[in-house]
Amino acid sequence: MIKKILSSNPLIMLIFSAVVLSAPIWLTPLGANYPDLLQKFAIFGIFAIGYNILFGLTGYLSFGHATFLGIGSYTAVWSFKLLTMNILPAIILAMIVSGVFALVIGYLSLRRSGIYFSILTLAFAQMAYSLAYSVFTPITNGETGLQLSQQDPRVLDAMAGIAVTDGIPSTNLFGTLIKSMDGYFGFYVAAVMLIIAFYISLKIFRSPFGMKLRAIKSNQTRMKYTGFNTRPYLLTAFVISGMYAGLAGGLLASIDPLAGAERMQWTASGEVVLMTILGGVGTLIGPMLGATIIKYFENIFSALNDSELHNIFDFLPAGMQEFMVTVVSPFVGEGWHLTLGLVFMIVVIFLPGGIMQGLNNLFGFIKRLFGLGGSSSSAADTVSKGEAS
Amino acid sequence: MSNILEISGVNKTFGGLHALSDVNLQIEEGETHAIIGPNGAGKSTLLNCCIGRLIPDSGSVTFDGNNMIGMAPHDINHAGMVRIFQTPEIFPDLTLLQNMMIPALAKRDGTFKFNPFKSLVGEKAILEEAHATLADFELDKFHDQLGGSISRGDKRRLELAMGIIQHPKLLLLDEPTAGMARHDTNRTIELLKSERMSNMTKVIIEHDMHVVFSLADRISVLVRGHIITTGTPEEIKNDPKVKEAYLGESEDE
Repeated sequence: MIKKILSSNPLIMLIFSAVVLSAPIWLTPLGANYPDLLQKFAIFGIFAIGYNILFGLTGYLSFGHATFLGIGSYTAVWSFKLLTMNILPAIILAMIVSGVFALVIGYLSLRRSGIYFSILTLAFAQMAYSLAYSVFTPITNGETGLQLSQQDPRVLDAMAGIAVTDGIPSTNLFGTLIKSMDGYFGFYVAAVMLIIAFYISLKIFRSPFGMKLRAIKSNQTRMKYTGFNTRPYLLTAFVISGMYAGLAGGLLASIDPLAGAERMQWTASGEVVLMTILGGVGTLIGPMLGATIIKYFENIFSALNDSELHNIFDFLPAGMQEFMVTVVSPFVGEGWHLTLGLVFMIVVIFLPGGIMQGLNNLFGFIKRLFGLGGSSSSAADTVSKGEAS
Repeated sequence: MSNILEISGVNKTFGGLHALSDVNLQIEEGETHAIIGPNGAGKSTLLNCCIGRLIPDSGSVTFDGNNMIGMAPHDINHAGMVRIFQTPEIFPDLTLLQNMMIPALAKRDGTFKFNPFKSLVGEKAILEEAHATLADFELDKFHDQLGGSISRGDKRRLELAMGIIQHPKLLLLDEPTAGMARHDTNRTIELLKSERMSNMTKVIIEHDMHVVFSLADRISVLVRGHIITTGTPEEIKNDPKVKEAYLGESEDE
C-alpha cells in the first residue's frame, strides 16, 4: 500500500503540499510557528533539494554552492533597486544569473572528479566571497551589504506610477506586501516555490535523465563505454542545482531585501552539505528534512540561555538543577553548533543513509512487527527502487 | 566476406615495454574471432586500443570503414563496437532492470539527451526490451535486485546482456569466463552460441582453451606483442609455433 502511494506522483504531491501548507499548524507544538523560521524552512528546503540533484544523484560533492545563493540574493536586490519591488522578476533573474555562473564554474570544475572537483568548487566559492568583499564593492557594497534606498530608480515601478515618499519601500508580489498577514504571506510564497521545486525534483528523479545521473554515480566508466558523454549530464545537473540555489537566494532577498557576502562563505556551503547528508543523500525528501532540522536547531537552541535552562530544569532539586544547567549550557545558545555536530556525528556513524534510512528501518521494523510483508512488486516499484523515497 | 574491423601496424609502448608491436588483424563480419596468448602478451592492451581507452603510438584501427583512433569511448560505442570487461563493469547501485535500461536508453537517446520530465515508468518499449533481454539471460527473476548484490557469474552475464541490448555490430569480450566455475562457464558458452548471439561478430580474449575451441571460427595468437599466427582452430592446434609459445606453457600452470 505504502509502495503504491510512493509510486504515484500526484498522490505524493498532494501529501507534500498538504504537509507544507499546513506547517504553521502542526509546527506550533514544537515552538516553530513563526513566519521567520517557517520561511527559512521553506527556503533552505529549496536550497537542499537543488543541491541533492547534484550531490545525491551524481555523487559530485560541491563545496561552493553558497556562491549561487549569494549571487541569487545580489541579483534579486539589484532587481528591487533597478526594476521593481515585485519579487517575481527578482526571483526569475536570480535563477537566470546564478544559472549562468553555475554554467561557467561547473564547466571548469567538472574537468576533474572526486576530491579535486570539491576543492575546485571550494576555491571558486572563496574567490567569489573575496571578490564580493573587495573588487566588486561597487556591485556588492562590500562589508555593509547591498541595501535598498528611497532614491533607487525602480524603472518599472516608476513607469507604473508607483512613487515612494516615505522611507524604504517593501517587497511585494503584484501589490500584496510580502510582510502582510503578519509575515505569513512571505511563508506561503516560499512554500509554493518549495512545492514547485519539489515537483521538478521528483520528475527529475523519476525520469530517464535522473536514472542516468544515478548511473554516473554508480559507475562512470561503464557509462562512458555504454555510449554516454557524461560531462554534459554532470554540467546540466550542476546548473540545475545552481539555479535552485539562486532561487533560494532570491527568496531570501525577497523576504529581507539586503544581501551580504557572508551568505557566500564556505560555512554556508558546508551547511547545505550537512543538511543533505543529515537528511539522506539521494533521497527525495531527506535533504529538505535535514534543512528543516538544522534551521530548527539553529533557531531554537541558539535562542536558549541560562535563565531559560533554569526554567526547563525547574522540576529538579536545587543542586541537580544547577548541575544540569552547567552540563547543558555549553550546548545551547552560542554553542548550538556543538549540538548540531553531535547529532551529525551520531547520524553519520549509525545511519550513513541519514534520517531517511532511520525512518525506513523504523517502517521495516513496524511492518515485521505486524507481520505485513512479502508485498508483490510491480514494474513501477522496480523502476523507482534505489531512490528510496 | 568483408572485414568489419581492421587493425594495421598498431604499436603501443609503456615506458620501455613494447606491449604491441606492428599488430595486424582483420575481423570478418559474422565471425567469432578468439585472441589467445600467454599472460602479458598484450591482449587487453589491444582491446583498449580499439575502444578508445588507449591511443596507439602508431598504426590504424578502422571499424566499419571509419578510423577509430582518437575517438571518445562513447562515440566508439555509438559506432557499434561494445566492450565487455574482464572485471564486471555494471551499475552496482541500480536494479538489474535499470542496468538494462541504461544501455537501451543510450542506443535511443544518443550521447546526451535532456529529458527530465519524461517518466521512467512510461518508457514501455525500453522496459519491455530490458525484461526480454534479462529473460534471455535467465536473470529476469532478479530484475528488482541491485546489481551489486548478485553473484559474480550473474554480474558477468548481466554485463553481457547490457552489451547485447545495444545490438552491437561488434562485441569485444575480455575473458568472459575467467574465474567462473565449470557449469557457469558452460552456461556462458551456451549463451554465446545461442540464436541471439551466434551470428553476431565477436572478438573473444580467453585463456580457457575449452571455451576458445568451442566458440571460435578463427583464432589469432598474440605473443609478446606480436601476432604470430591466425587460423582455424584445427590449424592452431597443430601449429608447432603455437605449441611452443603458448599451449606448452599453459599446460604447466
